[in-house]
Amino acid sequence: MSDQDIASAVGEELYRIAPDIDLEDIVRDADLQEEFDIDSMDFLNLVTALGKRFQIDMPEADYDEMRSFDALVEYISDKTA
Amino acid sequence: MPSLGADMEAGTLIEKLVHPGDPVKRGDIIAAVETQKGAIEIEVFEDGVLQEWLVDLGTKVPVGVPLAMIKAEGEAETADLSPEPPKAIVADEDMIVVDYQTPTKPVLPTPAASPRPADRPRVTPAARRLAAQQGIDLATLSTQGTISLSDIAALGTKPKPAPMSDMRAAISAAMSRSKREIPHYYLSHLIDLEAADAFVKTTNADREPQDRLLLGALYAKAVAKALKKYPEFNGNFIDDTFQQSDAVHLGLAINIRNVGLVAPALFDAENQPLDDLMSAMRDLVERVRGGRFRARELSDATITLTSLGDRGVDELFGVIYPPQVAIVGIGTPRQQPIIHNGDVTARLSAMVTLAADHRVSDGHRGALFLKAIDKHLQKPEAL
Repeated sequence: MSDQDIASAVGEELYRIAPDIDLEDIVRDADLQEEFDIDSMDFLNLVTALGKRFQIDMPEADYDEMRSFDALVEYISDKTA
Repeated sequence: MPSLGADMEAGTLIEKLVHPGDPVKRGDIIAAVETQKGAIEIEVFEDGVLQEWLVDLGTKVPVGVPLAMIKAEGEAETADLSPEPPKAIVADEDMIVVDYQTPTKPVLPTPAASPRPADRPRVTPAARRLAAQQGIDLATLSTQGTISLSDIAALGTKPKPAPMSDMRAAISAAMSRSKREIPHYYLSHLIDLEAADAFVKTTNADREPQDRLLLGALYAKAVAKALKKYPEFNGNFIDDTFQQSDAVHLGLAINIRNVGLVAPALFDAENQPLDDLMSAMRDLVERVRGGRFRARELSDATITLTSLGDRGVDELFGVIYPPQVAIVGIGTPRQQPIIHNGDVTARLSAMVTLAADHRVSDGHRGALFLKAIDKHLQKPEAL
């Protein structure tokens, strides 16, 4: 799966949580929770959804590698490679 | 129409989930009503058979008006189902508003009595509601005949100012009443969260995301446990009397994006194991953000817990949600210099505050209550 496919999938899951935020308007390497104005419950729901969608393990110990949109896409890309 | 909070005076029936003749059980969701806070599911409180709906879809009625007739098991068939005309107001453009101040004496005309100019089209209630939400002026529509939901939907969506202002009005009413009636006092206490944070990390290490804990669940349980020893912060102040509650129905302040804030209850928080409480919190937050509540969740909370989360500030000074008598606020946890075992070290900590009703409690007990929350958070494995 290409990084672009992953990015659009992540975008879809984020849209479920934050439909008012346009992916075009965010800074992709800035803090994800800040950019999308999401709280820890939203983030947990995002990780739950992405873990299921890509069938990957996303342990809490790895959260620091998922702090921005770009980082999250890269993390999933590495895990699904 | 049940009361779904101290500030609610009327609601609109928007969904009937059972048909006349259907059996219903206590706890079943039988309808949804639209209030200032969004769509709320209505539970039934007895077993029986739903005999008849007494209010039409789209009809706005004051709190207290019967929505349906339910025949209890073994009860004789009720012969006279409509002993009095329901005090209902059809949501029609010719109707004005429910007289909120005197809901028991409606002075509104009946639908039949309201003249409708011949050239004005009929608008279905669902269409009217959507139009109101989307800021569409019905007078500008040139459609002949009946305007239905699909006609309005076809006009496309515009920004929706209505839900936001309704929620703002609800918050305004409750908070104004609080500041008018409740003599608040405030206390704060810095709580070391290293133990709680380590417990969450350890617990979550080998768990799937759907089973993971958040610190918020630990706060909720710690507050609920502390209340067992300090029950004067748990209950409602009604008719100049404090009615203490045995169960802790913990109102959880939940932010809804671009809409506002509600604080529905987590029921019996003191008796739920941590994992169950976490599941209940996830379910509640998801439903509330999706716009669906249960009636009791809005009316039965006995105290409120509000947490600023990861991206807030150090400390908050809560406004009590009447008729409750206390609100506990958790500031954003961050690394702070703290003297621990004689040395200054960086430790994860958060400022925890209490706003409480001076008619019911004093600062001395309030301080002990906050310290009890602290004590429980130092032993997370016992939560």
